[in-house]
Amino acid sequence: MSLLHVSHLVKQYTRGKGLFRRGTTVTAVDDVSFSIDESETFGLVGESGSGKTTTGRCILRLVEPTSGAVSFNGENVLALNARDLRARRRDMQIVFQDPYSSLNPRMKARHIVEEPLIIHRLGDARARRERVAELFARVGLDPAHLERYPHQFSGGQRQRIGLARALALNPRFLVLDEPVSALDVSVQAQVVNLLMDLQRDLKLTYLFVAHDLRLVEHICDRVAVMHLGKIVEMGRTAALFERPQHPYTRALLSAIPVADPDAPRARVVFDPASADRSNALREVEQGHWAAI
Amino acid sequence: MSHLLEVSGLTTVFDLPNGPATAVDGVSFAIREGETLGLVGESGSGKSVTALSLLRLVQPPGRIAAGRITFKGRDLMSLQETEMQRVRGADIALIFQEPMTALNPVFTVGQQIGEALRVHGRTTRAGARHEAIRLLTAVRIPDAPLRVDDYPHQLSGGMRQRVMIAIAIACKPALVIADEPTTALDVTIQAEILDLLREMKQSLHLSLLLVTHDLGVIAETADRVAVMYAGRIVEQGPVREIFRNPQHPYTRGLLASMPGGARGTRLRAIEGSVPLLGALPAGCAFHPRCPDRFAPCSTRVPGDYAATPEHSARCFLLDPLLEGRGALPPVPSS
Repeated sequence: MSLLHVSHLVKQYTRGKGLFRRGTTVTAVDDVSFSIDESETFGLVGESGSGKTTTGRCILRLVEPTSGAVSFNGENVLALNARDLRARRRDMQIVFQDPYSSLNPRMKARHIVEEPLIIHRLGDARARRERVAELFARVGLDPAHLERYPHQFSGGQRQRIGLARALALNPRFLVLDEPVSALDVSVQAQVVNLLMDLQRDLKLTYLFVAHDLRLVEHICDRVAVMHLGKIVEMGRTAALFERPQHPYTRALLSAIPVADPDAPRARVVFDPASADRSNALREVEQGHWAAI
Repeated sequence: MSHLLEVSGLTTVFDLPNGPATAVDGVSFAIREGETLGLVGESGSGKSVTALSLLRLVQPPGRIAAGRITFKGRDLMSLQETEMQRVRGADIALIFQEPMTALNPVFTVGQQIGEALRVHGRTTRAGARHEAIRLLTAVRIPDAPLRVDDYPHQLSGGMRQRVMIAIAIACKPALVIADEPTTALDVTIQAEILDLLREMKQSLHLSLLLVTHDLGVIAETADRVAVMYAGRIVEQGPVREIFRNPQHPYTRGLLASMPGGARGTRLRAIEGSVPLLGALPAGCAFHPRCPDRFAPCSTRVPGDYAATPEHSARCFLLDPLLEGRGALPPVPSS
């Protein structure tokens, strides 16, 4: 049963528009459709400008899509008015890439985690206090540090604060937008383990937006590869990594540096002429789709 | 093979308001002719400060407090600033991480390549444009005769990094220092730039010091590797030995923490976080995070112990005279 269903999502931006100028239209997300099952980790990968981040934000309506439909738990998210949307956001949260800029530097960690509870008028001061301490422990932070400010935490700890805040309202679905790519290599694994533990324990559904294909291969159940706004390939992780069908996917996978000096290297270079952008996704094997 | 560059005991200190902080602490390594040395480390490990120190480009409050830097037999530390300027670019060139900030936005790429050449008296004003086009072609920029008049903002990130490489190789240096040259780039562009660097190294007989945090990039590019942690080189050796038979618990931890193995299984994370400069633990700076620490680690700084003639690590586990250490796993025969 799919929890989230995205169909024909489009986001266009207009550049250079003036009183007498029509401007040029850039299609950041171009007819994107996919669905995510309950408790699944769905990876959205691509390079800069592929539209992966915009897609994640359109789903939460942090960016208003131009057209298309997003249904969450059977309800059309795009049709919600502001009040209903806010209520629905209790179920759908986001963790941002950069733990250095996404936390308010003038708020104590306690307040950052507590704020969603206040906005949604949940519990009295004592109940909120208990919930914040519980969340702090849940993400592996020392409750003795609740009164600290963000700059007093390391990058990995800051990302844990962002996660605690996202989890405060007991969401069912999280958009993880490059959640570990700003972290040091030796700290990334800690946060990845935490994300996997939280998913198992809280039965969370993840949309994992990332450019790190090694990580996506490790944690995602299914993956969609985006290129210039379109999904060019989608399928179960093992099938897509072992039998990539689209020339862009092949090039992307062959470009991953392998941490083994003896690994065979066969670089595939993507020739845009080799792929027709107007090709629709077709099923090449069960559950594995490619725009070829 | 002879040593092109030899660094010994390099120590770079930042005089901060609350006292001096040692960013680079007694670093020693050598680069041979035609070799790529990968300098790998996390944020704050001192890898970039090491790279800048080699060119004596550390700005106050930073200063080189001790050490010798010998390039082609010359002691760079004893050179006058004007002599050092002749070394920069002509003998040792530097490529930065972010090509957008390293290039000047108000000059065309042709003018910037020409400047590099003319500063070192390699060409005339008239010859500069011709040479710039030749270099842009060499770094595989399509339509070089047209692109030579482009400003940096008209080029993509990958193309800008190619321009940086063209500037770096313009004066035929013997050593190129590349500081995270592909970190800001997409993975397919990164692959192209790494291929280009390898190619340039071959065709121009360059030596390369590649500074990066990415072990994948190291495995693909380096002949030898030096691993930095908290200002010190904790392990160095040939690339295969570092990846197949790592000796320092930090190197082992880094390699083990990378995604791999069965999907969805927990990764083997290193506990704790990277220490802050100015608040480094006593003894071995890695000891609070080290799964193998024992008695001497928290009080004494380990020396550099040889594992093989080419491979060494700063870890008491390798000290044959110390008792009570944890058992080392058997060394696989390679």
